[in-house]
Amino acid sequence: MAGHSPEEISAERRVYVTVFASLGVLTLVTVAVASLDLSTGAAIFVALAIASVKGSLVACYFMHLIGERKLIYAVLALTFFFFLVLIFLPLAAQADRMGG
Amino acid sequence: MQIPYNEEPRPDTGLYNAKLGIWLFLASEVMLFGALFSSYILLRTGNPDWHQEELDVVLATINTLFLITSSVTVVFAWMALRLNDFAKFKLYLWLTMALAGAFLVVKYFEYSAEFEHHLYPSSNNFMATYFTMTGLHGIHILGGMVVFGYLLGPGAKMWKSEPERFTNRIEVAGLYWHFVDLVWIFLFPSLYLL
Repeated sequence: MAGHSPEEISAERRVYVTVFASLGVLTLVTVAVASLDLSTGAAIFVALAIASVKGSLVACYFMHLIGERKLIYAVLALTFFFFLVLIFLPLAAQADRMGG
Repeated sequence: MQIPYNEEPRPDTGLYNAKLGIWLFLASEVMLFGALFSSYILLRTGNPDWHQEELDVVLATINTLFLITSSVTVVFAWMALRLNDFAKFKLYLWLTMALAGAFLVVKYFEYSAEFEHHLYPSSNNFMATYFTMTGLHGIHILGGMVVFGYLLGPGAKMWKSEPERFTNRIEVAGLYWHFVDLVWIFLFPSLYLL
Protein backbone atom coordinates (compact mmCIF):
# COMPACT_ATOMS: atom_id res chain seq x y z
CA MET A 1 0.00 0.00 0.00
CA ALA A 2 1.15 3.53 -0.67
CA GLY A 3 2.59 5.31 2.35
CA HIS A 4 1.42 8.64 3.67
CA SER A 5 4.64 10.04 5.14
CA PRO A 6 5.92 13.29 3.59
CA GLU A 7 9.33 11.68 2.90
CA GLU A 8 7.79 8.76 1.00
CA ILE A 9 5.54 11.08 -0.97
CA SER A 10 8.40 13.44 -1.78
CA ALA A 11 10.41 10.51 -3.19
CA GLU A 12 7.36 9.46 -5.20
CA ARG A 13 6.98 12.96 -6.59
CA ARG A 14 10.53 12.86 -7.95
CA VAL A 15 9.77 9.57 -9.72
CA TYR A 16 6.60 11.01 -11.28
CA VAL A 17 8.41 14.12 -12.51
CA THR A 18 11.18 11.98 -14.05
CA VAL A 19 8.62 9.75 -15.78
CA PHE A 20 6.75 12.82 -17.03
CA ALA A 21 9.94 14.31 -18.50
CA SER A 22 10.80 10.97 -20.14
CA LEU A 23 7.33 10.73 -21.68
CA GLY A 24 7.64 14.27 -23.07
CA VAL A 25 11.05 13.57 -24.60
CA LEU A 26 9.91 10.24 -26.05
CA THR A 27 6.88 11.93 -27.65
CA LEU A 28 9.18 14.38 -29.42
CA VAL A 29 11.51 11.52 -30.41
CA THR A 30 8.53 9.65 -31.93
CA VAL A 31 7.64 12.68 -34.04
CA ALA A 32 11.29 13.28 -35.04
CA VAL A 33 11.78 9.63 -36.08
CA ALA A 34 8.57 9.75 -38.14
CA SER A 35 10.04 12.60 -40.20
CA LEU A 36 13.09 10.46 -41.10
CA ASP A 37 12.97 8.57 -44.36
CA LEU A 38 12.72 5.07 -42.90
CA SER A 39 11.21 2.10 -44.69
CA THR A 40 7.61 1.34 -43.65
CA GLY A 41 8.65 -1.75 -41.69
CA ALA A 42 11.40 0.07 -39.78
CA ALA A 43 9.14 3.09 -39.10
CA ILE A 44 6.40 0.85 -37.67
CA PHE A 45 8.91 -1.05 -35.54
CA VAL A 46 10.54 2.10 -34.12
CA ALA A 47 7.25 3.94 -33.49
CA LEU A 48 5.68 0.94 -31.74
CA ALA A 49 8.85 0.28 -29.74
CA ILE A 50 8.85 3.87 -28.43
CA ALA A 51 5.09 3.69 -27.74
CA SER A 52 5.65 0.46 -25.80
CA VAL A 53 8.34 2.09 -23.66
CA LYS A 54 6.03 5.05 -23.00
CA GLY A 55 3.11 2.75 -22.23
CA SER A 56 5.25 0.71 -19.85
CA LEU A 57 6.35 3.87 -18.02
CA VAL A 58 2.72 4.92 -17.56
CA ALA A 59 1.64 1.44 -16.45
CA CYS A 60 4.59 0.79 -14.13
CA TYR A 61 4.84 4.17 -12.42
CA PHE A 62 1.61 6.16 -12.81
CA MET A 63 -0.53 3.03 -12.45
CA HIS A 64 1.85 1.58 -9.83
CA LEU A 65 2.19 -1.80 -11.51
CA ILE A 66 5.67 -1.97 -10.05
CA GLY A 67 4.88 -3.37 -6.62
CA GLU A 68 1.23 -4.29 -7.21
CA ARG A 69 -0.57 -7.34 -5.80
CA LYS A 70 -0.29 -10.77 -7.44
CA LEU A 71 -3.99 -10.91 -8.27
CA ILE A 72 -3.69 -7.85 -10.52
CA TYR A 73 -0.71 -9.39 -12.30
CA ALA A 74 -2.78 -12.54 -12.84
CA VAL A 75 -5.70 -10.53 -14.28
CA LEU A 76 -3.33 -8.64 -16.58
CA ALA A 77 -1.47 -11.78 -17.70
CA LEU A 78 -4.80 -13.30 -18.75
CA THR A 79 -5.81 -10.06 -20.46
CA PHE A 80 -2.49 -9.87 -22.30
CA PHE A 81 -2.85 -13.43 -23.54
CA PHE A 82 -6.32 -12.79 -24.96
CA PHE A 83 -5.16 -9.46 -26.37
CA LEU A 84 -2.48 -11.31 -28.36
CA VAL A 85 -5.11 -13.79 -29.55
CA LEU A 86 -7.29 -10.85 -30.59
CA ILE A 87 -4.47 -9.29 -32.61
CA PHE A 88 -2.85 -12.39 -34.14
CA LEU A 89 -5.73 -14.82 -34.73
CA PRO A 90 -7.32 -12.65 -37.47
CA LEU A 91 -3.88 -12.09 -39.00
CA ALA A 92 -3.15 -15.80 -38.96
CA ALA A 93 -6.52 -16.48 -40.58
CA GLN A 94 -5.79 -13.89 -43.23
CA ALA A 95 -2.32 -15.27 -43.93
CA ASP A 96 -3.82 -18.76 -44.19
CA ARG A 97 -6.44 -17.58 -46.68
CA MET A 98 -3.88 -15.69 -48.77
CA GLY A 99 -1.48 -18.62 -48.69
CA GLY A 100 -4.20 -21.07 -49.72
CA MET B 1 -25.52 -2.09 5.21
CA GLN B 2 -21.87 -1.11 5.09
CA ILE B 3 -20.04 -2.27 1.98
CA PRO B 4 -16.85 -3.93 3.22
CA TYR B 5 -13.24 -3.29 2.18
CA ASN B 6 -13.66 0.27 0.92
CA GLU B 7 -10.58 1.36 2.76
CA GLU B 8 -8.65 -1.58 4.16
CA PRO B 9 -7.47 -4.37 1.84
CA ARG B 10 -9.48 -7.57 1.67
CA PRO B 11 -7.40 -10.32 3.31
CA ASP B 12 -7.61 -12.80 0.42
CA THR B 13 -6.94 -10.37 -2.46
CA GLY B 14 -4.72 -7.89 -0.62
CA LEU B 15 -6.63 -5.10 -2.36
CA TYR B 16 -9.49 -2.82 -1.46
CA ASN B 17 -12.50 -3.83 -3.54
CA ALA B 18 -12.66 -0.82 -5.86
CA LYS B 19 -9.08 -1.37 -6.95
CA LEU B 20 -9.74 -4.93 -8.08
CA GLY B 21 -12.94 -3.65 -9.70
CA ILE B 22 -11.22 -0.97 -11.75
CA TRP B 23 -8.52 -3.38 -12.94
CA LEU B 24 -11.17 -5.86 -14.10
CA PHE B 25 -12.91 -3.01 -15.90
CA LEU B 26 -9.62 -1.91 -17.48
CA ALA B 27 -9.04 -5.50 -18.61
CA SER B 28 -12.35 -5.30 -20.50
CA GLU B 29 -11.26 -1.96 -21.94
CA VAL B 30 -8.05 -3.53 -23.23
CA MET B 31 -10.21 -5.98 -25.17
CA LEU B 32 -12.50 -3.21 -26.45
CA PHE B 33 -9.67 -1.09 -27.83
CA GLY B 34 -7.76 -4.25 -28.74
CA ALA B 35 -10.61 -5.27 -31.05
CA LEU B 36 -10.40 -1.90 -32.80
CA PHE B 37 -6.61 -2.06 -33.12
CA SER B 38 -6.92 -5.59 -34.44
CA SER B 39 -9.49 -4.47 -37.03
CA TYR B 40 -7.23 -1.58 -38.07
CA ILE B 41 -4.23 -3.88 -38.56
CA LEU B 42 -6.33 -6.40 -40.48
CA LEU B 43 -7.89 -3.75 -42.73
CA ARG B 44 -4.52 -2.17 -43.40
CA THR B 45 -2.50 -5.31 -44.03
CA GLY B 46 -5.30 -6.88 -46.05
CA ASN B 47 -5.54 -4.00 -48.50
CA PRO B 48 -2.61 -3.47 -50.89
CA ASP B 49 -4.14 -0.12 -51.98
CA TRP B 50 -4.50 1.19 -48.44
CA HIS B 51 -4.78 4.97 -48.41
CA GLN B 52 -3.51 6.78 -45.32
CA GLU B 53 -4.65 10.41 -45.05
CA GLU B 54 -2.21 13.06 -43.82
CA LEU B 55 -3.48 14.19 -40.42
CA ASP B 56 -2.42 17.17 -38.32
CA VAL B 57 0.64 15.86 -36.47
CA VAL B 58 1.31 19.15 -34.66
CA LEU B 59 -2.15 19.24 -33.06
CA ALA B 60 -1.91 15.55 -32.15
CA THR B 61 1.52 16.09 -30.57
CA ILE B 62 0.14 18.97 -28.50
CA ASN B 63 -2.74 16.72 -27.44
CA THR B 64 -0.30 13.97 -26.48
CA LEU B 65 1.54 16.43 -24.25
CA PHE B 66 -1.79 17.56 -22.72
CA LEU B 67 -2.69 13.98 -21.80
CA ILE B 68 0.75 13.14 -20.40
CA THR B 69 0.61 16.28 -18.25
CA SER B 70 -2.89 15.42 -17.07
CA SER B 71 -1.63 12.00 -15.95
CA VAL B 72 0.88 13.79 -13.73
CA THR B 73 -1.66 16.24 -12.33
CA VAL B 74 -4.08 13.46 -11.41
CA VAL B 75 -1.36 11.53 -9.58
CA PHE B 76 -0.35 14.77 -7.82
CA ALA B 77 -3.99 15.25 -6.76
CA TRP B 78 -3.90 11.78 -5.15
CA MET B 79 -0.61 12.59 -3.43
CA ALA B 80 -2.06 15.85 -2.08
CA LEU B 81 -4.90 13.91 -0.42
CA ARG B 82 -2.39 11.55 1.20
CA LEU B 83 -0.72 14.66 2.63
CA ASN B 84 -4.13 15.93 3.87
CA ASP B 85 -3.91 18.95 1.60
CA PHE B 86 -7.43 19.24 0.18
CA ALA B 87 -6.85 22.67 -1.41
CA LYS B 88 -3.94 21.33 -3.45
CA PHE B 89 -5.95 18.24 -4.37
CA LYS B 90 -8.66 20.48 -5.81
CA LEU B 91 -6.12 22.55 -7.71
CA TYR B 92 -4.53 19.50 -9.32
CA LEU B 93 -7.84 17.88 -10.20
CA TRP B 94 -9.10 21.12 -11.75
CA LEU B 95 -5.87 21.25 -13.74
CA THR B 96 -6.57 17.70 -14.91
CA MET B 97 -10.07 18.75 -15.96
CA ALA B 98 -8.67 21.77 -17.81
CA LEU B 99 -6.15 19.62 -19.70
CA ALA B 100 -8.85 17.09 -20.58
CA GLY B 101 -11.04 19.96 -21.81
CA ALA B 102 -8.14 21.36 -23.84
CA PHE B 103 -7.66 17.93 -25.43
CA LEU B 104 -11.30 17.86 -26.54
CA VAL B 105 -11.16 21.43 -27.85
CA VAL B 106 -8.11 20.55 -29.98
CA LYS B 107 -9.91 17.42 -31.18
CA TYR B 108 -12.92 19.56 -32.12
CA PHE B 109 -10.68 21.79 -34.27
CA GLU B 110 -9.08 18.72 -35.83
CA TYR B 111 -12.42 17.15 -36.70
CA SER B 112 -13.68 20.50 -38.05
CA ALA B 113 -10.64 20.85 -40.33
CA GLU B 114 -11.12 17.28 -41.56
CA PHE B 115 -14.80 17.88 -42.34
CA GLU B 116 -13.79 21.05 -44.21
CA HIS B 117 -11.50 18.91 -46.34
CA HIS B 118 -14.47 16.58 -46.96
CA LEU B 119 -12.97 13.81 -44.90
CA TYR B 120 -15.74 11.85 -43.19
CA PRO B 121 -16.04 8.37 -41.69
CA SER B 122 -17.58 7.33 -45.01
CA SER B 123 -14.63 8.65 -47.07
CA ASN B 124 -12.46 5.55 -46.83
CA ASN B 125 -11.47 2.72 -44.47
CA PHE B 126 -8.71 4.77 -42.89
CA MET B 127 -10.99 7.68 -42.02
CA ALA B 128 -13.64 5.26 -40.72
CA THR B 129 -11.04 3.66 -38.45
CA TYR B 130 -9.66 7.04 -37.41
CA PHE B 131 -13.04 8.49 -36.43
CA THR B 132 -14.13 5.30 -34.66
CA MET B 133 -10.96 5.00 -32.59
CA THR B 134 -10.43 8.67 -31.76
CA GLY B 135 -14.19 9.09 -31.21
CA LEU B 136 -14.34 6.22 -28.73
CA HIS B 137 -11.22 7.57 -27.04
CA GLY B 138 -12.81 11.05 -26.89
CA ILE B 139 -15.89 9.57 -25.20
CA HIS B 140 -13.54 8.08 -22.61
CA ILE B 141 -12.02 11.52 -22.02
CA LEU B 142 -15.53 12.91 -21.56
CA GLY B 143 -16.37 10.07 -19.17
CA GLY B 144 -13.27 10.84 -17.11
CA MET B 145 -14.28 14.50 -16.94
CA VAL B 146 -17.73 13.54 -15.64
CA VAL B 147 -16.14 11.42 -12.90
CA PHE B 148 -13.65 14.15 -11.97
CA GLY B 149 -16.47 16.71 -11.98
CA TYR B 150 -18.44 14.53 -9.56
CA LEU B 151 -15.41 14.06 -7.30
CA LEU B 152 -14.79 17.82 -7.26
CA GLY B 153 -18.48 18.61 -6.75
CA PRO B 154 -21.03 16.55 -4.81
CA GLY B 155 -18.65 13.62 -4.34
CA ALA B 156 -16.12 15.78 -2.49
CA LYS B 157 -18.28 15.65 0.67
CA MET B 158 -16.87 12.21 1.35
CA TRP B 159 -13.48 13.75 2.17
CA LYS B 160 -14.98 15.01 5.47
CA SER B 161 -16.74 11.78 6.44
CA GLU B 162 -14.46 9.06 5.00
CA PRO B 163 -11.14 10.58 3.89
CA GLU B 164 -9.42 7.23 3.29
CA ARG B 165 -12.24 5.99 1.07
CA PHE B 166 -12.28 9.27 -0.85
CA THR B 167 -8.50 9.02 -1.39
CA ASN B 168 -9.04 5.52 -2.79
CA ARG B 169 -11.71 6.86 -5.13
CA ILE B 170 -9.22 9.34 -6.51
CA GLU B 171 -6.64 6.58 -6.98
CA VAL B 172 -9.16 4.46 -8.86
CA ALA B 173 -10.32 7.37 -11.04
CA GLY B 174 -6.63 8.09 -11.69
CA LEU B 175 -6.02 4.50 -12.82
CA TYR B 176 -8.80 4.88 -15.37
CA TRP B 177 -7.35 8.19 -16.50
CA HIS B 178 -3.85 6.76 -16.97
CA PHE B 179 -5.37 3.99 -19.08
CA VAL B 180 -7.02 6.60 -21.33
CA ASP B 181 -3.59 8.25 -21.64
CA LEU B 182 -2.01 4.87 -22.43
CA VAL B 183 -4.48 4.18 -25.24
CA TRP B 184 -3.67 7.57 -26.78
CA ILE B 185 0.07 6.78 -26.60
CA PHE B 186 -0.61 3.92 -29.05
CA LEU B 187 -3.28 5.70 -31.11
CA PHE B 188 -1.02 8.66 -31.81
CA PRO B 189 1.73 6.88 -33.80
CA SER B 190 -0.67 4.31 -35.30
CA LEU B 191 -2.99 6.89 -36.82
CA TYR B 192 -0.88 10.01 -37.26
CA LEU B 193 2.68 8.90 -37.94
CA LEU B 194 2.70 5.52 -39.69
